Amino acid sequence: MIERRPGLNLLAHVVLILGVAVIAFPLYLTFVASTQSSQQIAQSTPMSLLPGGHMMETYRLALFGGETTAGSKIPAALPMMWVSLVSALIIAIGKIVISLLSAFAIVYFRFPMKNVVFWMIFVTLMLPVEVRISPTYEVVSNLGMLNSYAGLTVPLIASATATFLFRQFFLTVPDELVEAARMDGAGPMRFFKDVLLPLSKTSIAALFVIQFIYGWNQYLWPLLVTTNENMYPVVMGIKRLIAGESYTEWNVVMATAILAMLPPALVVILMQKWFVKGLVDTEK
Amino acid sequence: MLIAPQMAVVLIFFFWPASQALYQSVLSQDAFGTSTEFVGMENFNRLIADDTYLASFKTTAVFSALVAVCGLSIALLLAVMADRVIKGSSVYKTLLIWPYAVAPVVAGVLWLFMFASPFGVISYLLQAMGIQWNHLLNSTHAMALIVAAAVWKQISYNFLFFLAGLQSIPKSLIEAAAIDGATPWRRFWTIVFPLLSPTTFFLLVINVVYAFFETFGIVDAVTQGGPGKDTAILVYKVYYDGFKALDMGGSAAQSVVLMTIVVVLTVIQFRFVEKKVQY
Repeated sequence: MIERRPGLNLLAHVVLILGVAVIAFPLYLTFVASTQSSQQIAQSTPMSLLPGGHMMETYRLALFGGETTAGSKIPAALPMMWVSLVSALIIAIGKIVISLLSAFAIVYFRFPMKNVVFWMIFVTLMLPVEVRISPTYEVVSNLGMLNSYAGLTVPLIASATATFLFRQFFLTVPDELVEAARMDGAGPMRFFKDVLLPLSKTSIAALFVIQFIYGWNQYLWPLLVTTNENMYPVVMGIKRLIAGESYTEWNVVMATAILAMLPPALVVILMQKWFVKGLVDTEK
Repeated sequence: MLIAPQMAVVLIFFFWPASQALYQSVLSQDAFGTSTEFVGMENFNRLIADDTYLASFKTTAVFSALVAVCGLSIALLLAVMADRVIKGSSVYKTLLIWPYAVAPVVAGVLWLFMFASPFGVISYLLQAMGIQWNHLLNSTHAMALIVAAAVWKQISYNFLFFLAGLQSIPKSLIEAAAIDGATPWRRFWTIVFPLLSPTTFFLLVINVVYAFFETFGIVDAVTQGGPGKDTAILVYKVYYDGFKALDMGGSAAQSVVLMTIVVVLTVIQFRFVEKKVQY
């Protein structure tokens, strides 16, 4: 602290608390709504701001599906969460593996057309999947990958952020290490496995967090490639709950929203250190 | 070869679709895909002549400007405050970063819920203040709602970058200014803010890209482009025209336009990052 200004410090705390409150308010409201019955929500103006007593029923309904008292059918969220989890993991792990390998090749080997390859990967940085949805959709359907994990995940792996992060990192690994490994008779793959991988542990963890969230939160792409209810990720399930013609059961919607937010939020908070590092590093 | 997997994925899911988009954008196809003909630039001409497309452009511009400005200023305010606070700063940080993990659709649903009538809490408050909230009919309200949801989700990202930027400013500079008698307000505008400009600029580009593309979920959940077409941002229109209205050629032409915009944005970003906008 440069000087004592108790007034300013107080102001800082007040602003931060206000900020946290505004940011957290939607979450609180969601939680409250998920503990009330749908009649309680729909019939009061405005809804009550205190938790109601229907938490267990609502979550059971949201997780396992079933029929509500109002007669609308609720699809189970549990299988959808499984789909989300599997595809988020495939995206995160797939991306890390692929880009570790190619960054390794780009940094440590000399091969023909290296620059072309580098630029081809570099270009993909620029175009998010949303831009090329319709043509990518056609490619995926031509390959018969609709309604499968492959269709859900592989096109999303095709981006270069991770490759670049690893490339930057590998470039900072001192040459002495490479030489030492060679002197000790380690081949390139041995060097990769025993030297590079352990060194890049933190980068891998950081990327994992970012990519997991990215994968979990995908919406537009699953919306296109899945037509089979067994393959809907949970984020899409929520949208379908409010889009129906019938009466919207807000308590179930909100319970599902909480369920859908929980895994990525936990990942962010528990792995906060790596998450922040990964975020700040990937974009620089 | 080690690089083969990445090249395969990039080629199949990136270059093939991108060239397809270029190719399709010069074709015209009927609804069942039974006949196609080469139409040259006609799809593009149709786009330029299309009032709804131009309107969508304007909507997107307004939307991303609002998202970027609101998101950046709120996040900057919070970051400056968090940089000042010593006690409890990590608690504040944890409490501020979690919205990053929320999917855009979910963010949209949460905000929709707060404003839904008749039970929505905020819409009730607004009504008590004499504002009749109806985002289904009033396009200003609809726009405000999607901007709020988009900003809410993006604040944590901006906040983290601003905080990292603030913490990398050498303390000695600020101390020197303090000794010369500059007030905190003045110190912020003459020292901190100019030194933050690379971060600010970077975030500006990222936020515009975010508003352009990643907010699809928010729009789809909250307004579905309505009322009318007043919140149909460009990505939403690509989706709608391609998959609901089955105008593949038009949709592909829009994709090409979007790609061009992104490339331009990226080039701008790289040029400025190289120059290090600072003073």
